[in-house]
Amino acid sequence: MSAAPAAPQAASAERRPHPGPELGLLLVPPKARTGWRVVPARVFAMCAVELQKLRHDRTELYTRAIQPALWLLIFGETFTRLKAIPTDGTPYLDYLAPGIIAQSAMFIAIFYGIMIIWERDSGVLTKLLVTPTPRAALVTGKAFAAGVKAVVQAAVVVVLAAVLGVGMTANPLRLLGVAAAVVLGSAFFSCLSMTIAGIVLTRDRLMGIGQAITMPLFFGSNALYPVDLMPGWLQVVSRANPLSYQVDALRGLLIGTPSHLALDFGVLALSTAVGITAASALLGRLAR
Amino acid sequence: MTEQEQPAVRCRELAYSFHRGRGRGPVVRAVDGVDLEVRPGEVFGLLGPNGAGKTTTIRAITTLLPTARGMVEVFGHDCATERTGVRRLLGYVPQALSADAGLTGRENVALFARVFDVARAERAERVAQALAAVDLTEAADRMAGTYSGGMVRRLELAQALVSAPRLLVLDEPTIGLDPIARAGVWERVDAVRRATGMTVLVTTHYMDEADRHCDRIALMDRGRIRALGTPEELKARVRAEDPAQDAPTLDDVFRHFSGRALADDAKEGEFSDVRRTRRTASRVG
Repeated sequence: MSAAPAAPQAASAERRPHPGPELGLLLVPPKARTGWRVVPARVFAMCAVELQKLRHDRTELYTRAIQPALWLLIFGETFTRLKAIPTDGTPYLDYLAPGIIAQSAMFIAIFYGIMIIWERDSGVLTKLLVTPTPRAALVTGKAFAAGVKAVVQAAVVVVLAAVLGVGMTANPLRLLGVAAAVVLGSAFFSCLSMTIAGIVLTRDRLMGIGQAITMPLFFGSNALYPVDLMPGWLQVVSRANPLSYQVDALRGLLIGTPSHLALDFGVLALSTAVGITAASALLGRLAR
Repeated sequence: MTEQEQPAVRCRELAYSFHRGRGRGPVVRAVDGVDLEVRPGEVFGLLGPNGAGKTTTIRAITTLLPTARGMVEVFGHDCATERTGVRRLLGYVPQALSADAGLTGRENVALFARVFDVARAERAERVAQALAAVDLTEAADRMAGTYSGGMVRRLELAQALVSAPRLLVLDEPTIGLDPIARAGVWERVDAVRRATGMTVLVTTHYMDEADRHCDRIALMDRGRIRALGTPEELKARVRAEDPAQDAPTLDDVFRHFSGRALADDAKEGEFSDVRRTRRTASRVG
């Protein structure tokens, strides 16, 4: 299409527009954004909606804080006393906290596909697909919206961990890095979920698959214990698991343990790009 | 022909088939060679029972289906090759109640202002005008989850209007609503159409609504257009071809051209069609 649409055309004299003072703007189509500015604008729109929803209803934020609190309080405190897991001198609770932040963010993101299916069933997705929003921009928007939600959730877990005495950085730049790692990890896992949603198409199947992969992803990562402790085959799984890279980055930034930030962020960014591509390719199946 | 002179919608030999039961069952011809032209500025009704192919036709026009057989254009722009351009011309209200219950009415409309690239400087005013156009100004800051079915429909109308579309597509906009709410939705559609001159394409089961509000209608059954014209033209054809019918209604017109009553639609349609209709009716309910 060459140009933005002109003002509505009347079919006949009696249908000529009679704009009342309150409808003036509704006669003029907005000027279309083009090129690279489309994706950031859509991402911002989706993130704004996610924050508006959180502002209206914070129940999910509180209920989702229960599980990480239990992991830190029960698992963390117990294993700190057991001293069963070698952590190179880092208190186990400190070692565990970044893993639990990543886990709580992943648990939110991995079920994001269910929201997409709900939006499909309710007509919200269909309506968004009829807007001038490329599929990839819509998926990217949804992915980063999941990231924003996860960052708010991560902030709650960070506060919990601080209350339990975990020594974490207060450096704003490092905390910004933590937010970036949480956003990228959540964006990847939400894309994974949306990709599966595009394949299985129903909520029940997605629930089953989501539950089936969540724990293997969690236990097959370095969230609870160092990779070196794992059997060889599990080490291979862990190295292919983006959650491991997210935890490594979070641990390095928050606790100051040795980490590989360039590799971690590289893998997370690449995984997110692949996830967005796959989810975008399958999104149309949900609307048919 | 310039964009201004193009038909609002033009379908030529539009056909779409799918496999029943997610690819494992027999092929169903949902739309089977539809020729259709909607003139700019008119209210055009697509009428028929469940499974007639109305929603599939709408999905082809709104670019939701992959390239179907045949050709579909909106104001001269091909729905298969110029999807983004076509979407900029459309305002779409799907059959399912699609407002987000977790947002206020104003936030629901603002989302669509954002995704249609309304500049920040005029966004608030444009959203307010869209809400005013559907008489929701007072309820704008209430959560959409607290709205009645009729208010949700009007909110969806505001979402569609905020981008100043040239073609407003309404898929069963009054299904499940009580008569007062139905009248309220049509009153706003008619008022906005008068004020903006936009084209309206509507699907409906309700023959009385089509008779009252549509300039022209197409009667659709089993994937094909059975008759097309103004309600009066179609009634006149029935009177001419069947003298026993001295004052036919649109139901009589449908029976005449399709060979069966519209009320038979309870036995027709895919499971998903019926489920969608019932789900919407239940949510509005």
